[in-house]
Amino acid sequence: MNLLSLQRTMAKAVMQPLTPSEHMSKRAPNGEPMSKHAARFIKPNDRLTSFERLEIYNRQYWWRLMSSLAEDFPGLQAILGNRRFESLCKAYLTDRPSRSFTLRNLGRDLEPWLKKNPHWAGSKQAIALDMVHLEWADIEAFDGAAEEPLRPADVAKSAGGDLRLKLQPYVSLLKFHYPVDELVLEIKRFNDDTEFLSNAFRERRKRKRVTAVARLKPKTIFLAVHRNDDSVYFRRLQAAEYGLLLAIQKGKTLGQAVSEVFGKGSKNSGADPAQVTDWFRIWSNLGWFCAPPQKQNSSQNSKKR
Amino acid sequence: MPANRFNGFTDYGIGIGLRSPHYNHILTRKPVVDWFEIISENFMIDGGRPLSVLDQILEQYRVVQHGVSMYFGSADRIDREHLRRLKELVKRTKTPWLSDHLCWGSVDGRYTHDLLPMPYTFEAAKKTAQKIRDVRDFLEVPIAVENVSSYAEFHVSEMTEWEFLNEVVERADCGILLDVNNIYVSSQNHSFDPFEYVNSVPAERVAQVHIAGHSKYEKYILDTHDHPVIDPVWKLYDRAIQRAGHTATLLEWDDSIPTFREVHNEALKANRFLAKSVLARAV
Repeated sequence: MNLLSLQRTMAKAVMQPLTPSEHMSKRAPNGEPMSKHAARFIKPNDRLTSFERLEIYNRQYWWRLMSSLAEDFPGLQAILGNRRFESLCKAYLTDRPSRSFTLRNLGRDLEPWLKKNPHWAGSKQAIALDMVHLEWADIEAFDGAAEEPLRPADVAKSAGGDLRLKLQPYVSLLKFHYPVDELVLEIKRFNDDTEFLSNAFRERRKRKRVTAVARLKPKTIFLAVHRNDDSVYFRRLQAAEYGLLLAIQKGKTLGQAVSEVFGKGSKNSGADPAQVTDWFRIWSNLGWFCAPPQKQNSSQNSKKR
Repeated sequence: MPANRFNGFTDYGIGIGLRSPHYNHILTRKPVVDWFEIISENFMIDGGRPLSVLDQILEQYRVVQHGVSMYFGSADRIDREHLRRLKELVKRTKTPWLSDHLCWGSVDGRYTHDLLPMPYTFEAAKKTAQKIRDVRDFLEVPIAVENVSSYAEFHVSEMTEWEFLNEVVERADCGILLDVNNIYVSSQNHSFDPFEYVNSVPAERVAQVHIAGHSKYEKYILDTHDHPVIDPVWKLYDRAIQRAGHTATLLEWDDSIPTFREVHNEALKANRFLAKSVLARAV
């Protein structure tokens, strides 16, 4: 057996799902008994059979990846409950094994995967999708790239109809059917409050507190997930505020963004200049704006000239 | 070894792993620590708190990079995105040497995120050594490979683990990060004499040493990095230092992490062995 075929054989066995009692499956991926399969490439010793030695790696694989997903998606876990969350994660990891060198990216495909496989969340599909979207945005905001922010004075000075701005790469603009930010904040608050309690006690209290919030009623919300002083924040937005930022993020000029949000045929009544100015002041104080790509800058400058 | 070409001709002493529960203590109390080891992958990101903490640490401390997912032994090609990000980090930290494991963990682009054991074959040694050379040439920094703990052995193996390690490092002309806890764990799991392993390693290639704790189960030992170092591991460390001399030493503690002071005090226990080796060489 050469290096590549041994690694393919072992990886398939290691990545094969555990049984419900968290043991290695008795059947190998190729259909033969796993004990026979393992004995083909792994030596037994005086204490462990080939099966048992391979099982150590099989279990470590699943425990490591499952705990990584649980750490990244505590809100989804709270919504679905432990058992359903575990089943969903196992199905996801079986379908979409990690293709990144870092566990940080393990949940990258969870939202599109869940959209295609709604039965794993059942009747909670809508809220589960909202939550996965929010929790992935949380990860992106935590360590996403930041560009040099435009100073509020610069934004105010150059604000004009044909100005284009760019939003910081770490800012996500999200529209949800459920107020899922409340649940995530509750979980974060809980983790901070109970850092020093024993694991078992924490789990019991968490279940009680989080389950109550997990029964969220539908309500449309608009949210910006962003970073300030290296901490991630959720900022609720008004519908028009969200619309403006989304248009700016898509590369529209300020004039186009305003007419798209407040123009004829839009749901929003006419723009309140004072309100819009205030929003821009807040956004630029938060450092959300940065200079758009150079090409757009020069065409804009040439127009000004 | 003290100051050799595999550790960038540095003479580092005792370091500890930089872990997030200790960030606040380190940044506010500024304890005296000779150097910190970082897990490269935790900082191969685009921005945010981890990088801003790292920059603050770099202002005051010496940092060495240690990776967990280069998988020198994988038959897969090197992930170019991984290398690109790693090089960016190398430029940022100016690490004098860089270590990763002598293991595999991915195949056909699918990652297990584990340090899987190598089959000890000449084919594997040759391919692994070539990959180490390629990575070193790209990163332009000395590489040291670390022996891993293992729980399985393969029928196809043609040599012992230490013979394989020697074969790889000679072919790659690279350094060794000698993990004496991993040697102890594997010796218990595979019934070999850990001193034979330590005595067989080319001492002149040892760039760094790792010490750590582990967990004992009924039929095997698991490398968990969640306990203090046990006496048999200190004895192996003693032997390794007798052979290699005063070598950069790092305590790994990755789970159930106690206070900074406890971790640092545990690491500083290595001083008695390092001092002994200096005395022995002086007389």
